[in-house]
Amino acid sequence: MGMTGEEWGIVLLSLQVSLAAMAGALPLAFVLAWVLARLQFPGKILLDGLVHLPLVLPPVVIGWLLLIAFAPEGPGGRLLALLGVSVLFRWTGAAIAAAVMALPLMVRAIRLSLEAVDPRLEAAARTLGAGPWQTFWTITLPLAAPGVLAGAVLGFARSLGEFGATITFVSNIPDETRTLPLAIYAALQLPGGDGAVWRLALMAVALSLAALVASEALTRASGSGRGGHVL
Amino acid sequence: MSFDVDVTVRRGERAIVCRFASAGGITALVGPSGAGKSSVLEALAGLLRPEAGRIAVGGTVLFDSLARVNLPPEARACGVMFQDLRLFPHRRVLGNLLYGQRLAPPERRFLSLEEVADFLDIAPLLGRRPRTLSGGEAQRVAIGRALLSGPRFLLMDEPLTALDDARREAIIAVIERIRDELALPILLVSHDRADVARLADTVVELRP
Repeated sequence: MGMTGEEWGIVLLSLQVSLAAMAGALPLAFVLAWVLARLQFPGKILLDGLVHLPLVLPPVVIGWLLLIAFAPEGPGGRLLALLGVSVLFRWTGAAIAAAVMALPLMVRAIRLSLEAVDPRLEAAARTLGAGPWQTFWTITLPLAAPGVLAGAVLGFARSLGEFGATITFVSNIPDETRTLPLAIYAALQLPGGDGAVWRLALMAVALSLAALVASEALTRASGSGRGGHVL
Repeated sequence: MSFDVDVTVRRGERAIVCRFASAGGITALVGPSGAGKSSVLEALAGLLRPEAGRIAVGGTVLFDSLARVNLPPEARACGVMFQDLRLFPHRRVLGNLLYGQRLAPPERRFLSLEEVADFLDIAPLLGRRPRTLSGGEAQRVAIGRALLSGPRFLLMDEPLTALDDARREAIIAVIERIRDELALPILLVSHDRADVARLADTVVELRP
């Protein structure tokens, strides 16, 4: 029951899409987590809700919204047209869909780790001569780092499993947008595709489990795991 | 004139009014718990913005509500020894000690790491993690970290609580040496009358 070359290609494409989604979403997730953890402002509940929307909205709705946004006449599409790129029906579009779906989980994990950083330590750093940015780089970020890493790994795992928004936004194109879940779905439609489904599904289980275990281990290492699990 | 303080600090519903001036040496801030001693200390360190008033130390104005002066903590050159010490858990003792020294401009550094390690007898601890230190050890490291940041004055919040008699004597000796050999103005927050009577040159009482 060995994997065929085509199936390895699917796994590699999935890893590529998920890594890109994680790397792209991480800075935004960090900023959102910091804002939600540290600032008080009117409309915070609304922002919190918006960030969490992909967690509860039907993924097909997210895919449809992305399709509108990144259509040639949409705001995202026009912006990308200026740069001379399009994400429609490309693997980069699959990465965008995965990033949007992974964002809430990443924000939650990072927010927990930022909330676990003792502000009294930051105050101590200020009295020792560190400005706000130096304090952030030398105290806040190192103390939150395991949680940030856990959030990134969790986002990666969520991206690996992304299906609904992806197939709606960028369709199911072999070698371009056909990631593991989409390939499994396609194989299920074919008579005699059972073997491929088994192999791909086992691969999906192995990759996702490894990422989840890594994320949980990192959360425990950071000490923020006691306060609450992300999932 | 070392400390010249006249501030109103708001803590929740309460307004804490604190007014004193001292000529140098050790100034003790005393009063029952809840009187706002720690809040006044935070105001001096720049961690809590007073509602109104003026704070000057050694002739430098740190806060003046009328002149709209409010130096951030990192510009005040105050060494703080917090009651809860606040050693950085992700750095070893050495990393804690050097944290403020690296940030201090060279002209403000008046002690080397070796001198501080010798002065406080903490040389054997440099490679340790803060969580592995005993209470007395952690306290000496916290004092060392503050001294190495090149402070112009020291704020110490209850430095003598939670120590056995031998450790207390050791820390008292250290405080007296800082006063005599380094000539740093020290503001000491304490609730222990006996300590205050023994150490302080000026006593400021805060009433609840």
